[in-house]
Amino acid sequence: MQGDVFLQLTVSGLSNGMVYALVAVGFVVIFKASDVINFAQGEFLLFGAYLAFAFIGQFGLPWSVGVAVTLICAALIGLIVERLVLRPLIGEPVISMIMVTIGLSSLLRAVVNGIWGARPRAFPNFIPSGEIEFMGAVVGIDRLLVIAIAGILLTVLTLFFRHTRDGIAMRAIADDQQAALSMGISIKRVLAVAWAMAAITAAVAGIILANTVGVSHDIIFIGLRVFPVVILGGLDSVPGAVVGGGVIGLLEAYTAGYTTSGLDLIVPYIVLIVVLMVRPYGLFGKEIIERV
Amino acid sequence: MESGIFFSDYRSDMALRRMPLQKVRTGLLLVGLVVFPFLATPYWLNLANQIAIATIGAIGLNILVGYTGQISLGQGAFMAIGAYGAGLLTVRFGVPFYISIPVAALITAVAGLVVGLPSLRLKGLYLAVATLAAQQIVEFVVTHWTGLTGGTEALVVPAPEMFGARLNTDGRFYWILIVVALAVALFAANLFRSRVGRAWVAIRDQDIAASAIGVNVFGYKLLAFATSSFLVGLSGALLAHYRSIVTWERFTIEVSISYLAMIIIGGLGTISGSFFGATLIVLLPAMINTVGRSLQDTAPWAATVLPYVQQGVFGLVIILFLVLEPEGLARLWRNVKDYFRVWPFSY
Repeated sequence: MQGDVFLQLTVSGLSNGMVYALVAVGFVVIFKASDVINFAQGEFLLFGAYLAFAFIGQFGLPWSVGVAVTLICAALIGLIVERLVLRPLIGEPVISMIMVTIGLSSLLRAVVNGIWGARPRAFPNFIPSGEIEFMGAVVGIDRLLVIAIAGILLTVLTLFFRHTRDGIAMRAIADDQQAALSMGISIKRVLAVAWAMAAITAAVAGIILANTVGVSHDIIFIGLRVFPVVILGGLDSVPGAVVGGGVIGLLEAYTAGYTTSGLDLIVPYIVLIVVLMVRPYGLFGKEIIERV
Repeated sequence: MESGIFFSDYRSDMALRRMPLQKVRTGLLLVGLVVFPFLATPYWLNLANQIAIATIGAIGLNILVGYTGQISLGQGAFMAIGAYGAGLLTVRFGVPFYISIPVAALITAVAGLVVGLPSLRLKGLYLAVATLAAQQIVEFVVTHWTGLTGGTEALVVPAPEMFGARLNTDGRFYWILIVVALAVALFAANLFRSRVGRAWVAIRDQDIAASAIGVNVFGYKLLAFATSSFLVGLSGALLAHYRSIVTWERFTIEVSISYLAMIIIGGLGTISGSFFGATLIVLLPAMINTVGRSLQDTAPWAATVLPYVQQGVFGLVIILFLVLEPEGLARLWRNVKDYFRVWPFSY
């Protein structure tokens, strides 16, 4: 086996995996706080990418300002969505929660398409895209940077859950909603923070994707590819999302590199089914024992 | 007025439509269905046929999601299996359509059993994600198993023949679809008055309690998957023969989502809701299209945003129904009926 090809696949797999992890963290944060799976995560990505494109590419803002404005807008969208769509449905059955986020995804997609149209756009890349030689393999700098950016963000998020007031409140609510309420934790506030955070992490991932693969409609499909990641890692675990993202990203890269039949599109889902059969709560998820 | 009605034998007491008003409504519906094709334009006939096929599929999905409480995102996959099953049986083996359709539905039922296996351990969200995986895998198999399905190329199915007549027009196919759809609705309505249907509802409402009173939870869940996918496969098979062309784009995750939307908007766990939801989801894009077309002369940009408007309205309708009327159109229809039940003497 050629080591350089292997290394190259590893780096690209890891960088894809870290993007998955960022999106997955958004899932996990929302699921932890409210037991809702957000099927509109892919559309949050899309929104992030197109907003960044609008601010940097169309209005000509410098990229640092553009990114900041994009993140603020994303947080606002998250807050609005939580307030208008999710809050009226607190306590409704799972199917309603799933369907409302699906409806949301359709609506958000229509808004993005309505504003920017469906054709792919050229994004003014600001992540440097050169290549470097590394142990005999040619590796894109952007790939390495993506891994670094995602790593920093995910560390920050982990620290958030450990040490800040909102983070601890979120864990308390995930653990026992009743007890958290009686301790004076505001569920509404925590839910709002959760949705804003999910939207922000998705927007970061969207901006990264805009840089590495371009601004187009295909970004949405990342949203669906994240299900295997969260199931593998455990729906309520931030470290699980990172590990799951890495594993799925690598797996995809290796199957794409060493087989030829487009099998990489399906391998994550096969993993998903195996995980669901063997260990439904994932690698790091909280085990809920329930017998029927 | 529904008062002063007494039943003196069990037969009439247990009838599906026992109130005079119900009988009148059913009669009107049947007369309407018979008269419709003679009055309608081909455009409306086409829509009616789509609604009939969608109703069959929505009733199938409702059995699984609305009655048994097992969320499935694999509707598109099951329809694909039904459609490709019927299409390939006809194209490859020359099986007449009235045999290929039920056989394809049976094949889908078996596939449903396989997909239903994880429901032994999974429920709620996790099962939904498992069926999502099944959807993706079936899509992959359909597009990549070129030797069997023709891959991404369309499978052309010859128009079915019966009694020497080619069923290649909307008007002729209408009769088949209406008869099948009515039969499915009748079957489902009776199912939920039987032991099986009650067991499903018990599992949906509280599975642990259901198993405690002696319901074989796993067995009935599998039965729900099989029955549901039989009907969904049936609607896929009918679609194959009706469109006389089968392409994988018709059976993506989007299809699963729009069928879920039908039963949510129509009303979970109701037969009439399946029909209402199917009608709304089929008619909505068609209506928006008509409006867009009529605007075309005054506002030429209308045509370009039309698909986005359809998509946005679709999402908006789902959200609005969930927030404002979670029990769906079936509930609204019941409210109307309740209002007129004592009309004009409501106090």
